[in-house]
Amino acid sequence: MTDLARRRFLKTGGAAAAGAGLLGAGLGSGTAAELSPSNPGATTLPYPRNGIAKVAELKVNEPKGFNYPDEDSFCQVLKTGRQVPGGVGPDGDIVAFSTQCTHMGCPLSYDKNARTFKCGCHFSIFDPEMAGQMVDGQATENLPRILLEHDAADGTLYAVAVEGLIYGRQCNLL
Amino acid sequence: MNQFQDRIPLPPTDAERSNMACHFCIVGCGYHVYKWPERHEGGRAPDENALGLDFRKQIGPQQLIMTPPMHNVIADRDGRRWNIMILPDKACTVNKGLSSTRGGQLASVMYTGRGTSRQRLAYPLLFTGDDWVETNWDTALAVYAGVTKRLLDEHGPEALAFNAFDHGGAGGGFENTWGSGKLMFSALQTPLVRIHNRPAYNSECHATRDMGIGELNNSYEDSELADTLFYIGANGYETQTNYFLAHAMPNMRGETIAKKKQWFPGETAEKAKVIFVDPRRSLTVSIAEHVAGKENVLHLAIAPGTDTALFNGLLTYVVDQDWHHERFIREHTTGFEEALEANRLSLAECSRITGVPEADIVKAAEWAYKPKTSGHYPRTMHGYEKGIIWGNDNYRIQSALVDLVLATENVGRRGTGVVRMGGHQEGYARPPYPGSRPAIYVDDEIIKGNGRMLTVWACNAFQTTLNSEQYREAVYRRSNIVRETIAQARGATAEELVDLIYDAVENRGGLFVVNIDLYKTKFSDAAHLLLPAAHPGEMNLTSMNGERRMRLSERFMDPPGEAKPDCLIASDIANTLKGLYQAEGNSEMAERFAGFDWKTEEDAFNDGFRSPDGIDSQGGSTGDLATYDRLRAMGNNGVQLPIKEFADGQLVGTEMLYTDYRFDTEDGKARFQPAPWNGLPQTVESQRAKHRFWVNNGRTNHIWQTAYHDRYLAFRRDRFPMSPLEMNPDDAKDLGIEAGDIVELHNDYGSAFAMAYPEPDIRPGQVFMMFGYDNGVVGDVVTPWTDRNLIPYYKGTWADMRKVGSMRDYKRTVSFKRRRFDLA
Repeated sequence: MTDLARRRFLKTGGAAAAGAGLLGAGLGSGTAAELSPSNPGATTLPYPRNGIAKVAELKVNEPKGFNYPDEDSFCQVLKTGRQVPGGVGPDGDIVAFSTQCTHMGCPLSYDKNARTFKCGCHFSIFDPEMAGQMVDGQATENLPRILLEHDAADGTLYAVAVEGLIYGRQCNLL
Repeated sequence: MNQFQDRIPLPPTDAERSNMACHFCIVGCGYHVYKWPERHEGGRAPDENALGLDFRKQIGPQQLIMTPPMHNVIADRDGRRWNIMILPDKACTVNKGLSSTRGGQLASVMYTGRGTSRQRLAYPLLFTGDDWVETNWDTALAVYAGVTKRLLDEHGPEALAFNAFDHGGAGGGFENTWGSGKLMFSALQTPLVRIHNRPAYNSECHATRDMGIGELNNSYEDSELADTLFYIGANGYETQTNYFLAHAMPNMRGETIAKKKQWFPGETAEKAKVIFVDPRRSLTVSIAEHVAGKENVLHLAIAPGTDTALFNGLLTYVVDQDWHHERFIREHTTGFEEALEANRLSLAECSRITGVPEADIVKAAEWAYKPKTSGHYPRTMHGYEKGIIWGNDNYRIQSALVDLVLATENVGRRGTGVVRMGGHQEGYARPPYPGSRPAIYVDDEIIKGNGRMLTVWACNAFQTTLNSEQYREAVYRRSNIVRETIAQARGATAEELVDLIYDAVENRGGLFVVNIDLYKTKFSDAAHLLLPAAHPGEMNLTSMNGERRMRLSERFMDPPGEAKPDCLIASDIANTLKGLYQAEGNSEMAERFAGFDWKTEEDAFNDGFRSPDGIDSQGGSTGDLATYDRLRAMGNNGVQLPIKEFADGQLVGTEMLYTDYRFDTEDGKARFQPAPWNGLPQTVESQRAKHRFWVNNGRTNHIWQTAYHDRYLAFRRDRFPMSPLEMNPDDAKDLGIEAGDIVELHNDYGSAFAMAYPEPDIRPGQVFMMFGYDNGVVGDVVTPWTDRNLIPYYKGTWADMRKVGSMRDYKRTVSFKRRRFDLA
């Protein structure tokens, strides 16, 4: 986690995460379904809102790592240089994904030439410019997308939720 | 599930657990099915869920595969709903806990009673002239058996055509091949039967069998032990995924060297060298180079259709180097000298024909056949699939390959083998086919107007045959005669409908088409009656995989509605016919339809596989040793056929065939067969001479078979809304084609449409199109030419190409990035 991300985590998302943690403690090893009575009006998990990067610090085709929604979940944010599905930022070209392979959780590496995320364990390939679509491989899920918000005032990118199940979890929030 | 799809229910500790071999490819990976009541969930602590894992913290890499598509909520017939989770079995020796992208979605294809799963056929459907209406089994069987009986009585069995599965896994298995086979071959006695993917009733491996070597002669473990892995027209990563990942890949990485040393003391043991014969640089080539290192991979990119020349060149070189195994040849084979003389081809000539540099041919010979440093002959595992099976003259190529294998004794020794890699699982037990060899070219008979009734059983030739445009046109034309008749049959009873249908097929050239399947398919558009079948999980089913490993997939849920196992549909048909003959006092004919008193699929299993005298069964003469109870106890590791004995509560199987040098010939000796290089068939050559592109075709990793399930799964449909066509980027540019454009391939036989997918590894003048898909059918441009046993040359056609147009939706939603794996 970057310093910025860590600060944001503590300052903003931390509160939500702490809240979830307390709730979890109260219910023992509660399932996600058991979390809902606390907030029957919500169908989404209480994801933290974490600042993960500044737009200005991102270079085209060079992903930057961060952790979200917690320290144990590895993600990368990428400025693709062209408008892509789900892209945010001034150019609509910034996307972020969980980079634990959805098949067996191996770390993905970014191939700048192919512009894809690749898994060295069983050779799954994912396209960050097509919503994380599996180009080929043995996963059964595209890459979980980290939903981003862009604060135009100061150029901060916030991670606000995860669409798709992160590898090795029953629920995206531990 | 909420819109983020970020949670999954866990199986509680008391969830039921049963065994399942994957429905799909030959490998047959082992899975566990967990089933528990809809409203229950396991907890996150390890003692609160059936997986025994602690979900309060992140699970580490390679510890687990558990994804949302592995969970579903199913409905049984009594209305109760259940959670199911289908996870790969870590203790299964086949897949060792791995799942492929196909098997990993098994839970997603089970019937839920909701959403797209309602596309499943749940009740018999009768075409009324405008649309399908649900009917009951009694009516459906009265129509089916009524028309069948009229035709049988008037014309004999030759009027009754079948397109039928012959394999294992879903849409097959020992129970269902037996049930359908007993109906077709013993009761109806029709020879007018074709197999699901080819136009006649034949083997894809006649040559190797004639030479005394069954095509599945080793174990997956032999790919861990081989010095050299020699793949011919096989793309293992995409089509036998976990065989490749769990067995071949560790050998390529050198992880099995210690095991080799233990098994073969004193022999040189290194990590595997890998040879590919394939005109295309497949995904598997790219992955093997990554895994084994480029220096250990040799890709022989032969000119299309020249495999025979390559093997003959290798055989000649090997013998000239004195690397052949003289003693083995002398003691255990016949016909060596004759075959050698017929096949002889110089290195220069071999290189000229195949387009492979002489140095690479020599290198292949050295890797595969030159004695090792320790002086021992290398152990080379030869795996072949559709590049040969659907190549230029199946019988001849296979003969040439097995000649080379026999000369170098690469069979019957551990770490060797000459095996087909396989498509479907296997599961064959049928009475003998009542025709001759070569069999009947059934598609051609249908085109010519022969056959009056066609039962299409768990297959779909509109997507999986050759010359398919002509075939489809003929079936539609003849089917429409019956459809029009039915449309005008107002108020007709089942008996009256039989008379009308009979009149249409007897007097007006019609074809009565019945489809037995899980879903309506493309072929159903030409059908008049649909009968709903079941698949594994909804019935108990036995099959064997590519190493003859037989498992029982256990029933854990009901089929939808009144759907039932194919074997029980066969028995219903037979019993209905028996009743019709009994009613008219024809005891002789009634007797032909006797012996179908089956209540369950296990009854069919016991009647066929377990009673092997006089039938053709992959279980051989010891099939009687396999009972459902014994197989259930053997779990996902099952037993490798043939079974040797049942001892100490275990079924004991056979890991490798021919270790005793007793081959499957009358004298027990393996037979060499002359197989001189013969060029391209004239039919194919005429297309090559006229057209610009060689139309290679085959499978992709994402899609299973005809996409009968896949077309309802967004993950797959979004990836390939249409058959992708890999083509060289310069060719694309030259024709003004961009990624995602729709292109038309056309030649003398038809037109096929596909979605352009530029790929630099494809050579200029060649394309690769997905085979068997529902949107874009490559068979439409495949010539009707077959080998001597009526095996198609699917991979041998040429066509021209034009851009049809552009699909904005494809360009917006489909990735056209590189599928091959090479690290930057």
